Amino acid sequence: MHEWALAESVIKSAVEHAGAQQLKKLKETGVLFGELQAIDKEIFSFALEELRAQFPAARDCKFKITLEPAAFRCKACSHEFPLKGLRKTKDEAEFIHFVPEMAHTFLKCPKCKSPDFEIARGRGVSINYLKGEK
Amino acid sequence: MNIDPRPSVIAERLKNVKRVIAVTGWKGGIGKSVTAATLALLLAKRGYKTGLFDLDFAGASGHLVLGAKGLFPKEEKGLEPPVYEGVKFMSVVFFSENKAVPLRGANVSDAIIELLAITQWGELDFLVLDMPPGINDAALDVMRFARGAEVLAVTAPSLLAHDVLERSLELYKKLGVPVLGVLENMSAGTRAKGADAVVRRDPGLERALGRPAALLGTAFAADLARAADKLGITR
Repeated sequence: MHEWALAESVIKSAVEHAGAQQLKKLKETGVLFGELQAIDKEIFSFALEELRAQFPAARDCKFKITLEPAAFRCKACSHEFPLKGLRKTKDEAEFIHFVPEMAHTFLKCPKCKSPDFEIARGRGVSINYLKGEK
Repeated sequence: MNIDPRPSVIAERLKNVKRVIAVTGWKGGIGKSVTAATLALLLAKRGYKTGLFDLDFAGASGHLVLGAKGLFPKEEKGLEPPVYEGVKFMSVVFFSENKAVPLRGANVSDAIIELLAITQWGELDFLVLDMPPGINDAALDVMRFARGAEVLAVTAPSLLAHDVLERSLELYKKLGVPVLGVLENMSAGTRAKGADAVVRRDPGLERALGRPAALLGTAFAADLARAADKLGITR
């Protein structure tokens, strides 16, 4: 479960940013899961619960996870395309799960077959909002 | 708001690493990967807990120098690098099936941050970084995240390599990055202008690539071991 390492980064980062914004109590953290990385929500949430004890400032924080669809833009032909329909093996999907940039090794623009595309949205894990009391 | 949470844990992942040695060089083909991998093997053989991280995504070759095949990290609260010949080894080749990794600069940076955030190195005396040539995303990210990393600058006996190196050393000085010294690789003799240590050209080196025991028995490895002592990597 390499999700644990990313969950730790989310809880640590949320606590640090809440501190920087002088939030006394961190109530809610918005977490975006990029579709490309295909993070397991259940494992991630389990890791967050386990990590909560190490981060007292996040003891009562609710983590609201939203899936962000992946969107790609080809740099060679400007075609915009979603993840759905791109062919990849189970192994390739797993490698992309660990390092999303491997998409450039295994996926291609469906129109011109170039691996030189931009991951415009939905790459990996990020925090999109923090709510708390000042 | 869009916060990238990954950088927040990188210091945590490296907190039990005593020294980070970034093997750099500003030209391709001057022996950075062979130097980095052989240095890691030498350190492990001397009983140091050692890691090797191949950051040259476009030209990853540490696995070829080591002859490391069929390895994959273990998933355990992140990724634990496989141990090969006493060295904890991490490389992008684990995820690329030995295919080309065509990444633009920002993607390289993203992949480095991802791997730094999820790799559990544990306790190490040395983490040797095999850097890509030049000052680019990998070099800038190492300066940003592995503060205290010490540079081992590899050069070759060529006017081009020396001139480029001088410019790079000036930059490291300005940025406050400690430089262990300049190592002249493929040297014709035992002394080289502008170099702090010398590794002589070894015709037997190519045959030993991919075989750690043979590699450690080369004149190249003997020279490198002496250089490591001289430059204060090992004392």
